[in-house]
Amino acid sequence: MTGQAFPSVDYGALAPVLIVLGGACVSVLLEALLPLRVRGRAQLGLTLTVVAAALVAVIVRATSGAAPVSTLAGALAVDGPALFLWGTLLALAVPSVLLLADRSVEPGGAFLADPVALGEAEAAEQRVAVGARAGGSSSARSSGGGGGRPGRSSRGQAPVESQSEIYALVLFALGGMLVFCAADDLLTMFVALEVLSLPLYLLCGLARRRRLMSQESAVKYFLLGAFSSAFFLYGLALLYGYADSVKLSDISLAAAGSLRPDSLLFGGLALLVVGLLFKASVGPFHTWTPDVYQGAPTSVTAFMAACTKVAAFGAILRVFTVAFGSTVWEWRGVLWVVAIASMVIGAVLGLTQTDVKRMIAYSSVAHAGFLLLGAMAITPQGLSATLFYLLAYGFTTVALFGLVSLVRGPDGEATHLSAWAGLGKRAPVVAAAVTFLMLALAGIPLTSGFTAKFAVFAAALADGMAPLVIVALVVSAVAAFFYLRLIVLMYFSEPAADGPTVSVPGPFTTVAITLGVVVTLLLGIVPTAVLGWADGLSFLG
Amino acid sequence: MSAVLLVLLLLPLVGAAVVGAMARREDLDRAARILGLALSVVSLVLVVVLWAGFRTGPGTPRFQAELSAEWIPAFGTRFALGLDGIALTMIALLAVLVPIVLWFAWSEKLPAGRTGAGFTALMLSTQGVLVGVFAATDVFLFYVLFEAMLIPMYFLIGRFGGPRRQYAAVKFFLYSFLGGLIMLASVIGLFVASDTRLGQGTFDWAALQGMAAQLPLSTQIPLFLGFFAAFAIKAPLVPFHTWLPDAGAEAPIAGGVILLGLLDKVGTFGFLRYNLPLFPAASRELAPLLLTLAVIGVVYGSLLAAVQTDMKRFVAYTSIAHFGFIALGIFAFSSQSIAGSALYMVNHGISTAMLFLVVGLLIRRGGTASMTEYGGVGRVAPLLAGMFLIAGLSTIALPGTNSFISEFLVLLGAFPREPVFSVIATVGIVFAALYMLWVFQRVMTGPLRGSAVVGDGPGAASAAVMEPDADDPSARNLTARFGDLTRGEVAVLTPLVALILVLGFFPGPVLEVLEPAVSATMAEVGVADPVTPNGVAR
Repeated sequence: MTGQAFPSVDYGALAPVLIVLGGACVSVLLEALLPLRVRGRAQLGLTLTVVAAALVAVIVRATSGAAPVSTLAGALAVDGPALFLWGTLLALAVPSVLLLADRSVEPGGAFLADPVALGEAEAAEQRVAVGARAGGSSSARSSGGGGGRPGRSSRGQAPVESQSEIYALVLFALGGMLVFCAADDLLTMFVALEVLSLPLYLLCGLARRRRLMSQESAVKYFLLGAFSSAFFLYGLALLYGYADSVKLSDISLAAAGSLRPDSLLFGGLALLVVGLLFKASVGPFHTWTPDVYQGAPTSVTAFMAACTKVAAFGAILRVFTVAFGSTVWEWRGVLWVVAIASMVIGAVLGLTQTDVKRMIAYSSVAHAGFLLLGAMAITPQGLSATLFYLLAYGFTTVALFGLVSLVRGPDGEATHLSAWAGLGKRAPVVAAAVTFLMLALAGIPLTSGFTAKFAVFAAALADGMAPLVIVALVVSAVAAFFYLRLIVLMYFSEPAADGPTVSVPGPFTTVAITLGVVVTLLLGIVPTAVLGWADGLSFLG
Repeated sequence: MSAVLLVLLLLPLVGAAVVGAMARREDLDRAARILGLALSVVSLVLVVVLWAGFRTGPGTPRFQAELSAEWIPAFGTRFALGLDGIALTMIALLAVLVPIVLWFAWSEKLPAGRTGAGFTALMLSTQGVLVGVFAATDVFLFYVLFEAMLIPMYFLIGRFGGPRRQYAAVKFFLYSFLGGLIMLASVIGLFVASDTRLGQGTFDWAALQGMAAQLPLSTQIPLFLGFFAAFAIKAPLVPFHTWLPDAGAEAPIAGGVILLGLLDKVGTFGFLRYNLPLFPAASRELAPLLLTLAVIGVVYGSLLAAVQTDMKRFVAYTSIAHFGFIALGIFAFSSQSIAGSALYMVNHGISTAMLFLVVGLLIRRGGTASMTEYGGVGRVAPLLAGMFLIAGLSTIALPGTNSFISEFLVLLGAFPREPVFSVIATVGIVFAALYMLWVFQRVMTGPLRGSAVVGDGPGAASAAVMEPDADDPSARNLTARFGDLTRGEVAVLTPLVALILVLGFFPGPVLEVLEPAVSATMAEVGVADPVTPNGVAR
């Protein structure tokens, strides 16, 4: 072909992505141009507007009944599942951004890029706080503004403001996620993977408190993430060698005519899947999850836990269905092992955790295993169940992390389990909300967790994965133990004398938590609308 | 009638929400408790209305007071309720027991920091969910409520129970939750099977019953076992029983009454409603295994009851023995034995509730559940001892008490088909007399003794063993630490005594309500009576 023709662009279909990425660019400009005073508020307003506008664009597109299109020369497929995933991501972004923006719980916000910005004035106050890390490794958090109380200075000066570039980072990450789960060729997918990952690495390291832990988590996430990207890229290369194309549908076509060496196909698939499963924190590729969840600022953890999982599983669903649907019987056996490993690792290691955030991290590993069950069933039922699960799990998790950020000791968040003893007496509303969300994670009926699990298990059973379903049910029972343990602590134990205080959340956090709890409840009682939307979606190609 | 049923389900739940909200204000505590009690009495009235409107006799539909509304079309599940005779009697028993336990709990000392209103709210929500469990005619709805039922009971045990309540509550929850999850596998299996066989997934009980009964045996057996696991844990059958003594011993008395009297009946109710009709071939195939577990339960429960020293654990173990009897009747497949089992479920609820309440009254006085701390209570509290004797005799099925009829029917019905199991189970009756009378003798009769009864300190136990002159009231007053039942306490127990006696002599009305459901179940399992029924139903 001589002279590259400019590919046709369906702007209507791409509107959500364009809005989010455009908004991210504007956000960078605002960061550079606006005075410090108004920057934070302006950035928040912009971010929420962008997310809302993108969400409206998705809804308009989904309700208009527009046919699924493949646009940008086949780089992006805007089909039913993509729209659902976009809707989910943007809907989850709203509470996540609200949590990020909160300044009531931590004066000045939870983020600080530069410890020097704290000012020497507070250096005197700086305490060397030695809190043992839940994982056992104790890192003296004495450097920077680590253990100090920069926010509530006894001298009454205003706390140092958070830097507002977090909003631009979040928008870029979100844009990357949107592209990631709609990418119809592997190269686009890889670029999107990097676009979504890099801002997250940065965000993880920005905590105002416990800076070393936060930075450690960022480095860990970055190094392991870079490795997994390399795996992904290697797999991409092998698949290109196999199919002469990076388009998912071409790979599927090539696999159907079976004259090529299978080793390239399955080698490529294996490496590709490692990269994807890493992002989705499916065991045994989960090792970064607890450390990063624990170290990152809680609002970032909420964003990551909910949205990254949605994007990663969106991509996994698309790759499995579009590119490898025809060879499912040849590779699924391996994924059985992966799913079992993920569920068992999540549940068993979750039992031994003493830190709330790490516990939720392991729970997310177990949930990733459940999600994989739905993703492996390459059936319409499996697809709709997995999509529903992602939405349900996302809202539960965001609300849960929002609540975790409220329970605070003198040294920031009190995430050690023992600090939660007797919370039911001290803060009945917070404890009740946590209990409800824990029950949702455990999959108790009348919560979204149950509806989602039911849908996924039904799909898996219908696709002949009965043994996996049995394992999943047993694992659910095991996992219920550590969810219960928290409830026991909150309600049946006496509060410790020097226990943590529970902050009264500001409007942002309140809205975010309420949204999560209400969605969790509604999806448990009347899931019909969402299930109806998820039902009957199919990938293009 | 369907409207009444819906109100009966929703009223306690709404009431629980209101009472729970009131629990946050200390000055409203009393009002909240009165409201809760009033609502439970209203429920009782509603049940009377339902009972009066329940038609019996040939030609009546299996489910009455039916209602059905769209719920989650994607799963083919509906919000469908309906009553058969067995469900109606269980709901009636529930409606009788809840006001009694709320009244009982009125004067109960609560753990520090807990409010009576909170307790009432949990009790009401248990009631509402249990009504739903018994009335659901949609398998999905049943499962949802079956699991939801755990939550209020978990908090009842965990917040209001004894010293080891945390352990007991978690154990109770995990056992039941695990069983529920195994059942979930079968529920999903049924759904998938209905999807392939009927062309559309459904959870409607009647549709599933028609479909599942046609499944090959190799499919029926795993599905059967899934349901069985949940119900066997709930019932509980040996060897799935170990949570019950802990939960029973640590639960507050009023919670324990509901736990032993009703919550556990969901297990045997589930056998009758789900295992037998949905999987008839598997039921027939696996009956010997289940009968074996049942008689092991009878003998093992009785023997362990005999050696307990904790009165609440004692009641829990007697229940395990009785659940063995109920399971024996169910899986012996004759209309007499099944009717006997269904009646037994009601009678055991009444007897155990009474026994547990009397034990609670004794513990309220003595401050401990340990039998060794008591002795000769009959001398200071003859009414209490008398009540204990009535409850005990009813528990061991003395003729003239309610349980006799049901136990007799179970054995009578089971014997022609399963003579060996029946004979072994009959031995259980002898054990029952042994454990009950032995406990009565140790605790109630003889000279006044034991630190909970005599003196005013634990150290006084050995020194205070004495034989006060029965004719000298002053000597009695000097040594005893507590007195007899108050008028209010007698009033709490009176309805139960009345039920024990009335059902002992006139079980007819209850059997009449049970009969259509029992014969329908027999037809669904596809077995005929080994002998002609004589005198079972009218």
